[in-house]
Amino acid sequence: MFPGQVGVIDVVVIGAGHSGLAMSRVLGERGIEHVVLDRGQVGNSWRTERWDSLRLLTPNWMSRLPGYAYRGDDPDGYMSSQQVLEFLENYRNWASVPVTSDTLVTSVAADGSGYRVATSRGVWLCRAVVLATGGFSQSFVPRIAEGMPRGVQQLHSRDYRNPEQLAKGRVLIVGGSATGLQLAQEVHGSGRPVTLAVGEHVRMPRVYRGRDIQWWLLASGLLDRRIQEEEDPERARRVPSPQLTGTSGVTLDLNLLRDQGVEIVGRLAGIRDGHAQFSGSLWNTCMLADLKLNRLLSAIDQWAARTGCAPHVGPPVRYAPSAVDDRARLSLDLEEEVATVIWATGFRPDYSFLEVPVLDHKGRLKHDRGVISEPGLYVLGLPYLRRRKSSFIHGAEDDARELGAHLADFLASVGSRLRFAARL
Amino acid sequence: MTTQSVSVENGVNVAALLGAREALSQAPEAARFKWRATSKWLKGTHSRATVEGFFGLGGEQTHRQPFQFDSDHPEIFAAEDNGAAPVELVLVALAGCLTAGVAAVAQKRSIQLKSVSATIEAPMDLQGILGIDPNVRNGFDRIKVHYEIDADASAEEIAALVAQSQKRSAVFDAITNPTEVAVTTSKA
Repeated sequence: MFPGQVGVIDVVVIGAGHSGLAMSRVLGERGIEHVVLDRGQVGNSWRTERWDSLRLLTPNWMSRLPGYAYRGDDPDGYMSSQQVLEFLENYRNWASVPVTSDTLVTSVAADGSGYRVATSRGVWLCRAVVLATGGFSQSFVPRIAEGMPRGVQQLHSRDYRNPEQLAKGRVLIVGGSATGLQLAQEVHGSGRPVTLAVGEHVRMPRVYRGRDIQWWLLASGLLDRRIQEEEDPERARRVPSPQLTGTSGVTLDLNLLRDQGVEIVGRLAGIRDGHAQFSGSLWNTCMLADLKLNRLLSAIDQWAARTGCAPHVGPPVRYAPSAVDDRARLSLDLEEEVATVIWATGFRPDYSFLEVPVLDHKGRLKHDRGVISEPGLYVLGLPYLRRRKSSFIHGAEDDARELGAHLADFLASVGSRLRFAARL
Repeated sequence: MTTQSVSVENGVNVAALLGAREALSQAPEAARFKWRATSKWLKGTHSRATVEGFFGLGGEQTHRQPFQFDSDHPEIFAAEDNGAAPVELVLVALAGCLTAGVAAVAQKRSIQLKSVSATIEAPMDLQGILGIDPNVRNGFDRIKVHYEIDADASAEEIAALVAQSQKRSAVFDAITNPTEVAVTTSKA
């Protein structure tokens, strides 16, 4: 495809990450003609948007895509970004996924009875479009960042690589999920003092009763939990990612960081007159996380007892409550005391290229478990799209199969592509 | 969690609250409220505040009747002690908000409450408000709230009630997070 060229096809899949590759495989199995477009190469964000020491939060044995399991010799290890990339590339080759790389989608618009996908390299006319760009396309920084004093270096975790890129001096890390905690540990280890601002968070041990926590979540069915079983689906989708690190046997939590010398403070609530202001709710957010952790462990223990796997695993344990300093500071002089602020405040999906009325008043995609409100549009790979595992590599297969089946029915209902092409 | 199908009655209309949540998520404008109070100086440190009207659901609303709150300082401050100290009213507001939340969350989780008592203590160094030491803040050093709750639930479920109540509390948020306060004047 070149600028000015027009291609006709049944389905355009946007994004050649694990979700897009999985969907391609499913469509291929059904004999549905499609193309997978990516702004860069396969697994682009793994190539360009990850820090050096990052490891997957799931053990290698869990990594799988339709028809393809992990084949390496370290099933209990955790992949580096480079290894994830190799896994995706190997899959692409194995499944002969028709990826068109370096193709930026600039718009998706309705066109007759289908869609017109405009790209930096020509136009595709298609019946259906699958958005597989994921939930993490744009780095998110809260608006309070606007009040940051000029002398303070700021970066989002997406642009962080290693501590050497940071000035000497205190680093304020904003965010209490896996990223914030991992960066806090690494930056603190480089000799820079670290203050970590923590809001609501999810605490989890790396290993519980002798097994990786992800094993428990998978085996007990928690990762297969369906979104429609949730009392409050919107809230379930917003639950932050657990505080985990991809290091064998290491539980990274606030207690560990605190013992290592990281200063833990409440959620960054505002910036005023050059001072960061932290919420006084740290006690409660830690208490909530501890209560939820214990509820999770109790659910696991009950499942283990019920299914009889308990004799083969270690005994139940409970962890020390999160230690909260009741004199945790409520403000920090950014100009005087902080050299760098790292925003570990997550990502948002990017739907700016959609010229189809499928966003609600808050800019969220209107969809039912991946089936978008306009016929022929699909999304996958978003957190808890259909199942709790939806955004994970191993979670792509089930969603892709179900949405692929829906898509196949849709194509059958709207008739053959030939009639569509004849209209041109 | 204990789930009882019948007979949990904490006097909270959870169905109405959930209905309101659903309705207001569809009509975000109606969710924009304005709370108001007026206050008149009486004498010395004694004032009387009144709350009556507020704005919400797209229109003016009123309480069933006006409510008045006297505030003053205690006698050890050479005042007449005609009412609670304003800082104590802050604690009263926090207790009222958190306890309302405990009842609502308990009802939602089908937990029958038998008794709920809160004790609040908030140390303060008066060297702040008296201008003796500029490094001492005017407000509380911290606030400690302790709940003693008798309910048909485990200690952990009770702790979760109180934790969830804080998460959804307006006064807890107003105290723990910064709020822009604009005070203007006019000559009467």
